[in-house]
Amino acid sequence: MSLAAAGGTSVRVLMQLRRDPRTIALLLAVPCLLVTLLKYVFVGQPAIFDRIGGPLLGLFPFSMMFLVASITMLRERTSGTLERLMTLPLHKLDLLIGYGVAFGLIGAVQATVVSALALGALDLHVAGPAWAVGALAVTNALLGMSLGLLLSAFARTEFQAVEFMPAVVFPQLILCGLLAPRAAMARPLELLSYCFPLTYAYDALDRITHDGTLGAAGLLDVVLVLTAIGAALALGAATLRRRTA
Amino acid sequence: MQSAVVVERLRVVRGGRLALADLDVEVRRGAITGLLGPNGSGKSTLMRSIVGVQRIERGAVSVLGLPAGAPELRSRVAYTTQAPSVYGDLTVRENLRYFARLLRAGDAQVDDVIETVGLAEDADRVVNRLSGGQRARAALATALIGSPEVLVLDEPTVGLDPVLRRDLWAHLAELAARGATLIVSSHVMDEAERCDDLVLLREGALLAATTVGALRRQTGEDDLDAALLALSAVDGR
Repeated sequence: MSLAAAGGTSVRVLMQLRRDPRTIALLLAVPCLLVTLLKYVFVGQPAIFDRIGGPLLGLFPFSMMFLVASITMLRERTSGTLERLMTLPLHKLDLLIGYGVAFGLIGAVQATVVSALALGALDLHVAGPAWAVGALAVTNALLGMSLGLLLSAFARTEFQAVEFMPAVVFPQLILCGLLAPRAAMARPLELLSYCFPLTYAYDALDRITHDGTLGAAGLLDVVLVLTAIGAALALGAATLRRRTA
Repeated sequence: MQSAVVVERLRVVRGGRLALADLDVEVRRGAITGLLGPNGSGKSTLMRSIVGVQRIERGAVSVLGLPAGAPELRSRVAYTTQAPSVYGDLTVRENLRYFARLLRAGDAQVDDVIETVGLAEDADRVVNRLSGGQRARAALATALIGSPEVLVLDEPTVGLDPVLRRDLWAHLAELAARGATLIVSSHVMDEAERCDDLVLLREGALLAATTVGALRRQTGEDDLDAALLALSAVDGR
């Protein structure tokens, strides 16, 4: 573990992103647009907006960071720079931690902007403190990022990486409890939902936005999500091969 | 003196075909070794094996007395791939600063290598907006950071104009004179002239390990392309 290598990588990833202002604008504007859309779709039923709005503050960063991280890593793989890095004194985990810190920062900015809009101008009601909602949103961003980095190892082309989104993210969104309470699902689906990390991320968000506090169960959710982030990064490092065919 | 690189019975299969067939090669320290051969002869595969990113079927590759790809070698062996592997959305300087950071080299060296590859005027331009030759030089610059003992350069002169090509070879010669070992691939025979030693590959096998002078004497041809053809003919094909 080297601070210089991981830190240098974060700075590099952020500088690359800086050269792509459109991506930054999309990252920040799209979640705001979507949450605004929802507000006025449910303008006659504010209770529904309040129910799904809070959790969505975390689910948007999750989905977007998944996509951005997997494409960025895939690009590193296909451009030859990854092969170049593998010949340098850089630990594989340092590379991923570097990515993690960079995307974590972007996720934090994204989560802050969309939370500020939703809780402010759009008058979204959450029971818990705004900072806790924001912190969980960042955790969601990190979860999306770490899964994206891991999944990018299985994509050969950018098309495949994009298609992992409906394949990996959508099922988790459908089963996490956002659309219907998990207890009301067909039993096999309910059991399946326990296998997905997003379920726990959603549950924690749901608790903080409705109960106002995590409680012991919510705390366990957060621990499980953090564990999933660590596991995905470690697995991601394991899939980075110094030697390739 | 011990060889910088020793390749023994190296066998590599890539994409279902035999890329290197039980190759034995040694590379002298402090010299420029030219790796020549047509496209698909196994030059890049051999270079990838030397820097330790190639999965090998069997055989052994040692570099500076250590197995190729050993962690201790990562700051002592530099490598450039055939396609310039630098970040297209960073400037030349930003690219080099990143590599310098990973290699724990100072920023002063960044300026030095920019000067060396002749990119001082374009150091703050984004790599994607540079010409192919400039991009190749930016990639080469990343290999010069950290004063490596062994440089493995895959076709570093592709896309360079004759003046730059000459300057680059002069610089490589200077590095060799200071004790660095250089392994440089090319598919144009006229670059063989610049190399101390030659390793000629064909279809994943060693055609000859020789020098320009010996090649000329052996074949009686002054023109290096003709010499290579003569050698291939002797080889029975």
